[in-house]
Amino acid sequence: MQDAPLQLRDLTRRFGETLAVDGVSLTVPAGQMLGIIGRSGAGKSTLLRMINRLQEPSAGSIHFGDTNVTALRGRALRDWRASCAMIFQQFNLIPRLDVLTNVLVGRLNRRSTLSSLLGLFSAAERAEALAILERFDLLETALMRAGQASGGQQQRVAICRALMQRPRLVLADEPIASLDPRNAQVVMDALRRINREDGLSVLCNLHHLDTARAYCDRILGMRAGRIVFDGPPSALTPDMAREIYGVSEAEFHSAPQGSLAVA
Amino acid sequence: MTPSTAEAAFQARRRVRLGATLGYGAVFLVLLAISARVSEVYPETLIAGLPRAGEYFYKLLPTLRWEVLFAGTKVEGSLAYWMYRLDAWAWLLFETSQIAALATLMGAALAGLLCFPAAANLAPNRAVYVLCRRGLELFRTVPDLVYALILVWVLGVGPLAGILAIALHSVGSLGKLFAEVVENADMRPWEGVRAAGGNWAQAVRYAILPQVAPNFLSYVLLRFEVNVRGATVIGFVGAGGIGQELYTVIARNYYEEIGAIILLIVLCVTAIDLVGERLRHRVAAA
Repeated sequence: MQDAPLQLRDLTRRFGETLAVDGVSLTVPAGQMLGIIGRSGAGKSTLLRMINRLQEPSAGSIHFGDTNVTALRGRALRDWRASCAMIFQQFNLIPRLDVLTNVLVGRLNRRSTLSSLLGLFSAAERAEALAILERFDLLETALMRAGQASGGQQQRVAICRALMQRPRLVLADEPIASLDPRNAQVVMDALRRINREDGLSVLCNLHHLDTARAYCDRILGMRAGRIVFDGPPSALTPDMAREIYGVSEAEFHSAPQGSLAVA
Repeated sequence: MTPSTAEAAFQARRRVRLGATLGYGAVFLVLLAISARVSEVYPETLIAGLPRAGEYFYKLLPTLRWEVLFAGTKVEGSLAYWMYRLDAWAWLLFETSQIAALATLMGAALAGLLCFPAAANLAPNRAVYVLCRRGLELFRTVPDLVYALILVWVLGVGPLAGILAIALHSVGSLGKLFAEVVENADMRPWEGVRAAGGNWAQAVRYAILPQVAPNFLSYVLLRFEVNVRGATVIGFVGAGGIGQELYTVIARNYYEEIGAIILLIVLCVTAIDLVGERLRHRVAAA
């Protein structure tokens, strides 16, 4: 299944005096798994949030195929958000609602406001949501409150919600930063699965080089809002890592836990 | 920075904060004294009046005698003699609580609609926010008694005027409290629903409402209690219920009747509180 490519041109976002994202140009072909690495504050989150339009660009443009994403308003904007699903670091589920309803939230965009306000979803939609949950081994949690599920489960529920949106593109903003290593692996496996099996492009912000190397087809290194590296994992040399992080990879690994977390 | 300079800086900051607390405390006390002066709160008057308040409350107590406590309505000193109009009072009290219930429901419904655009974190734009906020203030600042006087004039004497009067005031006070609950809501679910392509109303329904519903319910129940009291006072101006009766007995100095009616109102409010507490725990657990 071949979809349109995502094209960013000179995308820029200013917060006051600081340039969070500084003239980023990028083309992501359909079906690519792209990892974006860099220190905290390098502009990774802002970049992804602009693609979903949770954040407005200060300058530049975003195109998806023939669609000018930057010009979308109202209904068309909501449709775009539904078709480029977002996965958050803190999952952003609704803790008090059950897992099934959380997945069904992915379908709100296609329901009329009135029927969705009454909480009405069709049997077919529920069946689809349950099938997606089953695919990610979450069927037993369907009636559990989302807030009671483990972190790893919650993030997979968020991936199910994303699939329920029938997206053409998936954005993941630090999807494993609040998970333990085991759950991190399960979640990354799930993201790669939707990339491989559903042919969806996945743009994924990551803290760790190793994760990006292991899972991504292409790696983007960001520093101070600019792209400083763009290439396959094999091209990411120790010198390049130093360029991105400001320290060598060896120093990065030997540094005490947390000392690099705040940049 | 060395540990000793850090300690010195910490000490200095603590001194500044202590100074600020004492300074603002002194300003507060001066303002308090001024406001007491302006509103003529004199300790002498309070102390002089205290025995008379005690006397009044003493007069409200019924004269009950043990031997005949459970005798009929004709025997002086029995409970039945004290509560000789219990049937009528119970009905009037029921009417008052129904006025309060309907008014609370109507007020809560409208407040529930207005509170979301009146919350700074959800308001679609500044104009809508300001409009809703000021609107709620308008509802709130006019006392329900004033609404009642106007509505009795418009609709005539009766419960409908009372219901609308209390409902209008409830919209304002509940709306403000609701909006503040909404402003404290966790915004991550909101972002999740918006990012999934949900519109504003859908995000309110799915991301915010489940979080705030238990708090809304406790405020509604509290408002219901307040409105039972309010509905009683509003009866004074002819808006139905137990208030009219209470006004009559107060005006005629029927002390034991006043005591009886006040006791019934207290029992009614306590019953609402007990039922409300159970309801709240149910919803919080659900």
